[in-house]
This record gives sequence, C-alpha cells and structure tokens, in this order.
Amino acid sequence: MAFLEIDHVSKYFPSHTGDGQVCIFNDVTIKIDKGEFVTTIGHSGCGKTTLLNIIAGLETMSEGGIILSGKEVCGPGLDRMVVFQTFSLMPWMTVFQNIRLAVKAAYPDWDREKIAAHVQKYVDLVGLRGSETKRPTALSGGMKQRVGLARAFSIEPKVLLLDEPFAQIDALTRGVIQEELIQMWNTTRNTVFMVTHDVDEAILLSDRILLMTNGPSARIAEIVDVTIPRPRSRESIIEHPHYYKIRNHIIHFLVRHAKHGPSGDGGPPDQSVSEAPLQVNFERDLSVLR
Amino acid sequence: MGGGKGNPWLISGFLLVVFLLAWHFFTLRGAFDPRGLTEEQLQMMEFNGDIVRTADGGYVWNPEKEKVKGVPGPLAVMEKAWTELGEAFVKKGTNDHGIAYLVLYTVSRFAAGFLAASVVAIMLGVLLGLNKVLFQAVNPFIQILKPISPLAWMPLLLYTVKDPKWTAVLVVFMAALWPTLATTAFGVNSLRKDYLHVAAILQLSWVKRLYKVILPGAAPTIVNGLRISFGSALVAVVPAEMLLGELGVGYLSWIEWNNLDISGVIFAILVVGVVGVILDSGFNKLAGLVTYQE
Repeated sequence: MAFLEIDHVSKYFPSHTGDGQVCIFNDVTIKIDKGEFVTTIGHSGCGKTTLLNIIAGLETMSEGGIILSGKEVCGPGLDRMVVFQTFSLMPWMTVFQNIRLAVKAAYPDWDREKIAAHVQKYVDLVGLRGSETKRPTALSGGMKQRVGLARAFSIEPKVLLLDEPFAQIDALTRGVIQEELIQMWNTTRNTVFMVTHDVDEAILLSDRILLMTNGPSARIAEIVDVTIPRPRSRESIIEHPHYYKIRNHIIHFLVRHAKHGPSGDGGPPDQSVSEAPLQVNFERDLSVLR
Repeated sequence: MGGGKGNPWLISGFLLVVFLLAWHFFTLRGAFDPRGLTEEQLQMMEFNGDIVRTADGGYVWNPEKEKVKGVPGPLAVMEKAWTELGEAFVKKGTNDHGIAYLVLYTVSRFAAGFLAASVVAIMLGVLLGLNKVLFQAVNPFIQILKPISPLAWMPLLLYTVKDPKWTAVLVVFMAALWPTLATTAFGVNSLRKDYLHVAAILQLSWVKRLYKVILPGAAPTIVNGLRISFGSALVAVVPAEMLLGELGVGYLSWIEWNNLDISGVIFAILVVGVVGVILDSGFNKLAGLVTYQE
C-alpha cells in the first residue's frame, strides 16, 4: 500500500443556478510513495487546488477517501502541512513568531529553549537570519514564501502540500527559491504533493507529474515520469535529453485541453472518464513522442 | 495632500488670534452713555439694576448684570477659567467640586461604561462573527437597537437600577455597545480564511485560535468599531450628566447655566473639548499597539 492514497475522490459543488450539482473532478485516484515528490498540473479551474485542500482536510470530498500511512485522513492535521500560494503568514507576527506558532503546536512538550533553537534552525535554513524580528509586510514575496517553507518544514509533516507556492513570486527569485526547495527536500526527503501550472517548475522538482484535464468533471488523464536523475539544478536539467521531450509533451497536453475550453453549461461528460490514466515514461517507451 | 508651504502651527496661532479678536470686538460694549436719556429713564434703569451710580455722580453699567447681558467676551471667559483652574482641587461643598475633580469623575464614568461595553461587544461580536447562522438570527435585533439614542434608555435605566450614578455609566455603555458589536462581528466574519486554515492545520486549541489568530487578525476592524463607539460614548456622557445631575464636566455646563453664568458655560464647553482630546489621544496610542499592515 502506498504511503498516501487518494482513493476514488470526487468533488461536487452546488451549481450557481441552484438546481443540481457541478462536478469539479471525478474519480481521482493517486498513489504516492514515501519520499516521493508528485506534482499536478492543469489549467486554472480544473480543481487542482480543491484537490490539495481536500488532502489537507480544509475542504470536504463528496466521494472517496484518503489514506495516509495506513490511516484514513479526516479533517486538517499537523501531519499534512500546506505551503500557501498567498503565503498565509500572520501579518501581526514577526518571522520568528510565525514559525514558532507552528513549532509550538507541533511539539507542545518542548521547553522554550528547545522551541527557539528549532525555529532558529529553520530560519537559518531558508537564509533569513537577521530578519527574525521583521513582520511579513517588510518582506518581499520571495522572503515571505521562504518563511512559509520554513514554517512547513519546521513541523516535519508526513506530507508537504505545496499550493502553487511560487506563483506570486517574480520569475528571477522564483528560480532561486526552487533550488533552495530542492536542497531542503534533499536533506529531509519529505513526501510532497504540489499543484502548479508552471511546467518548468514541475519538471525541476518532481518525480512524477499528473496531468489534469479541464473541468468540469476533470480527471487525471496522464502520469508523466520525470526521467531525469537527481540531483537536479536549473542549469543542468535543460541539458538532459529528456527535458524538452517531457516539457513538450506536457505543453502539448495543456494546449490540447485548453482548446476544448471549459464549456459553460457543463457539457457532455468526457467519455473516457473511467479510463485509467495514461502512463508516460520516456526511458521505457520512446513511442509516445509526438 | 496639497502642496502648501509654511508652518501649520503658525497658521493655527494666527487663526486663534483672529478668532479671539473677532470674539472680543463683537461682544465689546461701549461705556454707558447717559446723553439723550431723561433723569426719569436713568432712575428707572438704576432701579432695574442695569446701571449704578458712581461716587462722582455719573452712571456706569452694573458689573454684576454685565455677566448675563449678551455673550461674554474672551477676557471674561479667561478670567472665569483662571479662577476655576485656581480652585481646581478645592471641594467647596457636596455639589461644588473643583474642575480637576469634575474631569476625573467624567473620565472615570466614561472609562467604566466604555470598557464594559467594549468587553461585552467584542465577546458577542466574535461569537456572532464565527457563526453565520447565529449572526443572521441576531442581526435584526441589532439593527433595531443600534439607532436608538443612548439617552432614550435613560428613564428606563433610572427606573430599573434606581441609582443615577450607575445610570450614567449604563448610558455610556449603551452608546458604546452597538458600533463595536457590529464591526467586530464583521471583522471576524471577513477574516481571511487562510489564517483560519493555518490555525486548523496546526490544530490550535479553541482558546489559542481566539487569542493568537482571530482577535489579532480582526484587531484593525475591531479598533475601527471601538473608535466609532468612543465618539458616540463621548457624545452621550455630557447630556447624561446634565440630565442626571451627576458631578462631571457635563454637569458643570448645566450648573453654570442655572447660575446664569455664561462665561462659566463657555468655560465648561472648552473643558469638554479638552477632555475629549485627552481621551482620544489615549485611545489612539492604544489603537496603534494592536493594528498591523497587511
């Protein structure tokens, strides 16, 4: 059994007109191994953030279940920490206090010194030494998300959930923080589930990339193995022969599904709903090249 | 902001001088001029107390009656202020306390009512802000109770608590309750869901959630409500003292009117203004401690 199993999860929202329901995504099954970095890519509105929130326990699912290390997940918990797109730092707390709030919650038995030392360790890890007493307003977007990452890593969760973590950060800083994230992940080897719409980011960070069709009734259509060995860096990764194959494959997929467009009135559901996702691996099978 | 140059204090000082001079000249009364008046008319005026005969046989305006004739000038008010401030800490009788005591009474009455109202309003507001259904159920009552003038409660309060001292405090309480209640409920309700999500993931206890996330997160909105409550309570405390005859700056204004001492009335008005400024600056210091920037 996989470490984290998202088992036949569906989500319906009541439709705007009031009658009936709109299916956001249907019958999503994902199996993630311990220490694996899995990313979901899809167009805006395909429900990928909703899926992440369901795993985090912040939203309820309509059907299905989630099992984490053998136990069914019910509601939010310290074993699944989210790094938010909007950072979600408490603006009335300093950098140090923001991380300490999480550490205190995760380790209620620790004494003051131990908590402070632990917080300081993660402040240093993201290179924010000297900024501990600053409030989030005084930080750039990149620095804010460093705090968000430090907060998430500091409680050592079983699963890290990254919700488009770098979408609000300028492109130059984004690259730097992505590499910092790789380094942090290399030392901790957390299990990570990320959603994004940045293809390069997904290839750089992930072991597997799940491609989601457009909603309504979105589903996982393909699973792409990132067949580029680690350690990876932004510089070296583009030299790898599979890089552009994977990249092109994903972009073709996204463009193809953008053409369908989200049909406003729900439209006829995809005929291939019950099909298992297509496995794409450029190491194994070169014929999938388009 | 305009691009004006110059020292604002200088302009303030100038405006003050202009105002005082204008006040002085509009209220100035010439010396009594007996020309054109018959001896009978003069005797009648003396009999009425408008004028008095001086040692050298002439007539001047009666200085005692001068006080109630027309509006007193700035000099008369300053003279009154000088004597009042000179006796600021003197208690002449049960109902004649120095101005410092009166200010103290008003401030403490105000503080008691305002603080009690704030505590109740914030607690209820958080409760309503966290529970949408409860808020919708209670909101019609708030909407009906909110526009009622706090002074309208006074007869009922006086009848039920049977003590003018506590009635005055309760009038302030009623004045300060509604704005804070309404804005706290709104502020808690519109708190960014992200903060609550973090609190939920971190499994914070109910108490910690309240003190670490909900209250500090809603603090800027709550402070805005408190500010409105503050103004409304300050407006209510003066007439409450007048109507209830409770010692304080509002009472001072009314007692001076009963004494027909218009200088005293104007002095009392100025004292009310100064007390307002003192309370307001204290409030702003407090507000600065709990607000944050997004």
